[in-house]
Amino acid sequence: MTRYQCPECGYEYDEAAGDPHQGYPAGTAWDSLPETFTCPDCAVRYKEDFRALEE
Amino acid sequence: MQHLAADNGLAGYVDRKRRLWLFSLMVPGLALVGPLLYMLVSPNVLWLWLSTIFGYVVIPMLDGVLGEDLSNPPEEAVPALEADPYYRYVTYALVPILWVSFIVNIAFLGLHELPWYGTLAVILATGGSLGFGLNLGHEMGHKKTGLERWLAKITLALGCYGHFFVEHNRGHHRDVATPEDPASARMGESIYRFVFREMPGAFFRAWDLEAQRLERCGKSVWSLDNEVLQPAMISAVLYALLIAWLGIEMLPVMLLIAFWGAFQLTQANYIEHYGLLRRKEPSGRYERCQPHHSWNSNHLFSNWALFHLQRHSDHHAHPTRRYQSLRDFPDLPRLPNGYFGMYLLAYFPPLWQRVMDPRLLEAVGHDPQRINFLPAKREQLMRRYGLSEAPLDGAGAAA
Repeated sequence: MTRYQCPECGYEYDEAAGDPHQGYPAGTAWDSLPETFTCPDCAVRYKEDFRALEE
Repeated sequence: MQHLAADNGLAGYVDRKRRLWLFSLMVPGLALVGPLLYMLVSPNVLWLWLSTIFGYVVIPMLDGVLGEDLSNPPEEAVPALEADPYYRYVTYALVPILWVSFIVNIAFLGLHELPWYGTLAVILATGGSLGFGLNLGHEMGHKKTGLERWLAKITLALGCYGHFFVEHNRGHHRDVATPEDPASARMGESIYRFVFREMPGAFFRAWDLEAQRLERCGKSVWSLDNEVLQPAMISAVLYALLIAWLGIEMLPVMLLIAFWGAFQLTQANYIEHYGLLRRKEPSGRYERCQPHHSWNSNHLFSNWALFHLQRHSDHHAHPTRRYQSLRDFPDLPRLPNGYFGMYLLAYFPPLWQRVMDPRLLEAVGHDPQRINFLPAKREQLMRRYGLSEAPLDGAGAAA
C-alpha cells in the first residue's frame, strides 16, 4: 500500500484508507482511480502530477 | 492573541496588513449600519443607501487614491503566516455579522413602511452583503478543515448559493479560462449575456459533480450527504422561518436579495478571467492554469475588503493558500481599478470593451489562439482588432 501526494497542496491519497468521501473505499489502489482524477482539495493537479511517497 | 513577528517563524517579517484585514469585517457590516441608523438616529432613507454608495463610489475612489500594494510576504514566512489563527478568526467573525445583518435587514423591511426607493436601497445593501458572504464562503470553502468547510456552507446558505462550495472548487478551478467554464467570461460577452450562462451553468455543474461523487459512493443523489442539498436545507429553513414571522410577501423580496447577492459573484467571475484562454494540449486536455489566465488588482482598499480575492492569479495557482499569504507577481494581466470600480464599468458594455479589450489583446500578445471568444463575435472582433489566425496547430480557441 502506497501513499500519493498532491505536489500543490499536500493532499495525500493513502491506498489503505482510500478516500470514502470521494467514493474511493479503503483499499482502492491508485492505479484503479480514474485517469480523470484531480486533487480533491485543490483541483488543479491531475493524477499524473501526484508523487508516490516512500514509506 | 499577541503574535510577535520575531518569535513565531516569520523570519523578521511584519505583516503590515494584519489589522487592516478588519476592513473585511467592517465593509460587509455596513449593510447592518443603515437600518440601525434609521431606527436609532433618524428615519431617513438616505441611511439605507450608505453601503451601496460606499461600494460604488467610495471604494473605487479610495482605490484610486490609495493605489496599489506590490508587497509580498517572503516565502519562508508563509508557513507561520498560514498557521497564525488570528487570520482565521477574522473570517469566522464575519459569519455571525452576515447572518445578523441579513436577518435584521429582512425584519426591517417586513416591519417598516418604506417608499420604493427605501425598499430598493435595502435590497441592494443586503444583496451586496451576500456578495461579501460569497467571498467569505469562497475563502473558507477552499480550506481543508471541516469547521471552515461547514462555515462556508452556513454562510453561502444565506443567499441560497450553497452549491457554489461544490461548483467553484471542483468545477471552476478545473475548467477556468476555457470555453467549458460557465464562470469564465468570453471576449465580446457582456455581463448581461454572461449571467444567463453563469448562474444556471454553475448550478448544474455543481449538481452533476455531486451526482458523480455520490454515485461512486453508492448513494442516491438525494442523500443527505449531497453537499448541494445540505446548505439548501439551511436556506429553506431560514427563509421559511422568516416568512412565518413576517409574511409571505417577504418571499419575492428575499429572492431579489438572493439574486443580487448571486449577481455580485457573477460580476467577480465576469472580470476575473475575461477573454483569457488556456490552450488545449494534443492530449485533448487543457494546459494547467497559469498565472496569466487571471486578471488581477493590487488596489489596497478593495483587497482589504475582499480578503485578497483580487490577487487572483496566485489564488488559482495555489487554491488552498490562505488570503493573508497571497502574492503579487510582475507581468500579470492587470485591471485598472479594484473589483468595485470594474463592476461599474461592466454595467456599460461598450465602455468595458473600450477599456478591457486593448488590455486583453496586450495580455495575450494579440494571439487569437489565447483568447476565449464569444463564438458569435469571433469574426467581428478579429476584424475589428486586425487579428490573424496563427498557423493551425490544432490548439483549440473558442469552440
